[in-house]
Amino acid sequence: MATVETESKKERRTLSLTRWVPWGRIGLPLVIVLMGVFFGAINPNFWTMTNLTNVARQVSILALISVGETFAILSAGIDLSVGSLLAIVSVICAQTMLEYGVAAGILAGILIGAVCGLINGLLIAKARIPPFIATLAMLVGARGAALTLSGGLPIAGLPKSFLTIGAGYILGIPIPAIIAAIVMLIGYFILSRTSFGRSVYAVGGNEEAAMLSGINVARVKILVYLLSGICAGIAGVVLTSRVISGQPTLGEVQELYAIAAVVIGGSKISGGYGGVGKTVLGVLVLGLLNNGLNLIRVSSYVQLIVIGVIIVLAVYVDLLRSRRS
Amino acid sequence: MNGEEAIKPFLEMRGIVKQFPGVLALNRVDFDLRPGEVHVLLGENGAGKSTLIKILSGVHTADEGEILLDGRPVHIRTPHDAKALGISTIFQEFTLVPDMSVAENIFLGRFPSLPGAAGFVDWKRMREESAALLRSLNVEVDPRTPVRQLGVAKQQMVEIAKALSMQARIIVMDEPTAALASAEIEQLFRTIRELKARGVAVIYISHRLEEVRHIGDRATVLRDGEKIGTVPLATTSIDELIRMMVGRELKEKFPKVEVPRGEEILRVEHLSRPGVLHDISFNLFRGEILGIAGLVGAGRTELARAIFGADPISEGRVLVKGQPVQITSPRDAIRHGLALLPEDRKRHGLVLGMTVAGNITITMLDQFTRAGVMDLRKERSLAQQFVERIRIATPSLDREVRYLSGGNQQKVVVAKWVGAQADIFLFDEPTRGIDVGAKVEVYHLMNELVQKGAGVIMISSELPEILGMSDRILVMRAGRICGMFHRSEATPERILDAAISGEPVYACMEA
Repeated sequence: MATVETESKKERRTLSLTRWVPWGRIGLPLVIVLMGVFFGAINPNFWTMTNLTNVARQVSILALISVGETFAILSAGIDLSVGSLLAIVSVICAQTMLEYGVAAGILAGILIGAVCGLINGLLIAKARIPPFIATLAMLVGARGAALTLSGGLPIAGLPKSFLTIGAGYILGIPIPAIIAAIVMLIGYFILSRTSFGRSVYAVGGNEEAAMLSGINVARVKILVYLLSGICAGIAGVVLTSRVISGQPTLGEVQELYAIAAVVIGGSKISGGYGGVGKTVLGVLVLGLLNNGLNLIRVSSYVQLIVIGVIIVLAVYVDLLRSRRS
Repeated sequence: MNGEEAIKPFLEMRGIVKQFPGVLALNRVDFDLRPGEVHVLLGENGAGKSTLIKILSGVHTADEGEILLDGRPVHIRTPHDAKALGISTIFQEFTLVPDMSVAENIFLGRFPSLPGAAGFVDWKRMREESAALLRSLNVEVDPRTPVRQLGVAKQQMVEIAKALSMQARIIVMDEPTAALASAEIEQLFRTIRELKARGVAVIYISHRLEEVRHIGDRATVLRDGEKIGTVPLATTSIDELIRMMVGRELKEKFPKVEVPRGEEILRVEHLSRPGVLHDISFNLFRGEILGIAGLVGAGRTELARAIFGADPISEGRVLVKGQPVQITSPRDAIRHGLALLPEDRKRHGLVLGMTVAGNITITMLDQFTRAGVMDLRKERSLAQQFVERIRIATPSLDREVRYLSGGNQQKVVVAKWVGAQADIFLFDEPTRGIDVGAKVEVYHLMNELVQKGAGVIMISSELPEILGMSDRILVMRAGRICGMFHRSEATPERILDAAISGEPVYACMEA
């Protein structure tokens, strides 16, 4: 009993000593480092260059759609359609490419993502359908369109040159990771430095106040979902290249991982608070977790349980922190 | 049995004190209620009526004082306690579940079980008892009807039936006739008389003095949290009641600065919005503070929102600086130099999770944005400038506004509109919920605005503030302007009289 008591005392002291540590800023990076140490200790392969570039390539698709999801969630909305958009983008991209060439295929893919995002935005901002419902309809509808257009079958025979996007490297870094990094930087810049970005926070933080302050709320919302659609378009093209075919079954439940990444990163699901920087951390947590657990041979079924627990923990810790302050 | 015995009060509230941050809402207020009596609570907005009934119904607890029921002290800490003691309150916002049936609403939370089968609802019994209750109140409603399909009057009857089904001995009604047509009011009064006959006592809050004299037995008048007196209504005139409600000299001092009137800056002609605003015309001059008085629900906030383009108008036009303008959104209004400082700062005026700087500069983004990209350094210096000029007390520009005091939050709202170069300011309840010192600062800010040539419209439910700061005063009632007074001719009695029973006035334009 005595030892237990002294231990708990010690714990209390460390807690009070660490009161001044800005956990909000370094908490999640610390978790990521600890995950690295843990996985590396069990399986030394974790820290090899091959594995880390692998992780970078694996998370790039999630990173891309999570940037768009960040915009949607910051505006106090949500985009459930991004997973299905990957599929319709992939199918349209592949079909156009077979017909008109690589450049046309890439453009068509991104364009269809943008168009679907625009439709989401118009439904939400103009028809005033709640984001959850509008993008849920798109989730179902876009999947259906992808399956219809492809007849439910993969579209193979894509040109070799297109495959570089998914499989190539620049200076030893996988191209998908480079694309994701660029998109994340652009997203970060838009949110922190443009008046549109500021308006997204205002609309998400208090839509009525934003409207009464002269912000064009409808325009902001339309742009948010348009951007999310473009992100899904880019992600869909990269993914098509990686799987070397147009596939109508791509991206199932990916929207849920994108939401998870945003939330684990620490953005508020109710909108108005957060950012792409946080989302990057959330994506890294999910990516490293998946990779590390694979390396230490935890089954993919069990991994889902772990992810579920992590989502709850991340939000709960945030809640505790905000309650204390 | 002698008469004294029969009218012995069965509810007494003694020495009730309730303090809110910065306001003494109730100061040693006594109140008593006799069986079968309709006891009216009178007072201006903010006099303490709502606080008193909220204490009785368990929404608030008193800081001091005691409540006696049948001579025994009782403790009412939650609405549940109040109901258990037989005290039911019918607030203006009904507490019905719209998609449930009348019967389900009456028995909500107390569904009768089938005999011998706990947990299974005895629908038949519930319907029959509901039907019997409603019949006894002379209300023709099928208990199976979803409440959503009923009009306001019938919904109110359902609330009353619900209260009776809980064996209520005291029913509190907060402005029960506010949303009723006259035929419906007659029906309500019949029901109230039926309640009296059963020995149920009613506490009745209303501003409509005529109607109050018609239905009430006694009235207790509150003013600034103090009880002024309890009088029998049969022998008290309306004039006397009004005098009791307002009869005070102005306690606070207002830093009113007389500014010479400039040119006309805003002109509103025949503005209407169906069911809300009716044929409203007035004008505003540079250097003028135009007070708009009226009771809660008179349409003042709606008028400000309509002028600002936040709500659509069906008729009428608005002229800014002599030019007719089309204002269909707040963006249009802002472009023409209008600013709205909403009544509910937290819900409509501020983005609470944003920083002080972010909130101030939200109306002036284009002043430091080029090609969509913000110059953050310029933003900070702009924000800093306003924090100093408006004297906002904040530890830093990066403080989230949710952590500022009410007065400083209001200053942030002022700052953002001054920064947007507005010159027509619509202040809606500018000093609600802020402490006395901060109020004076807000008055100084208004003075500065009019001295710089702006025009200010100040909607306020606080008569002293209206009288103390306004150059001209419009009084609204039921979506119409029912009085216009110059500073020199305005008295509390005249304003209150117009707010309660004034006839429409259309000549509110001045040259």
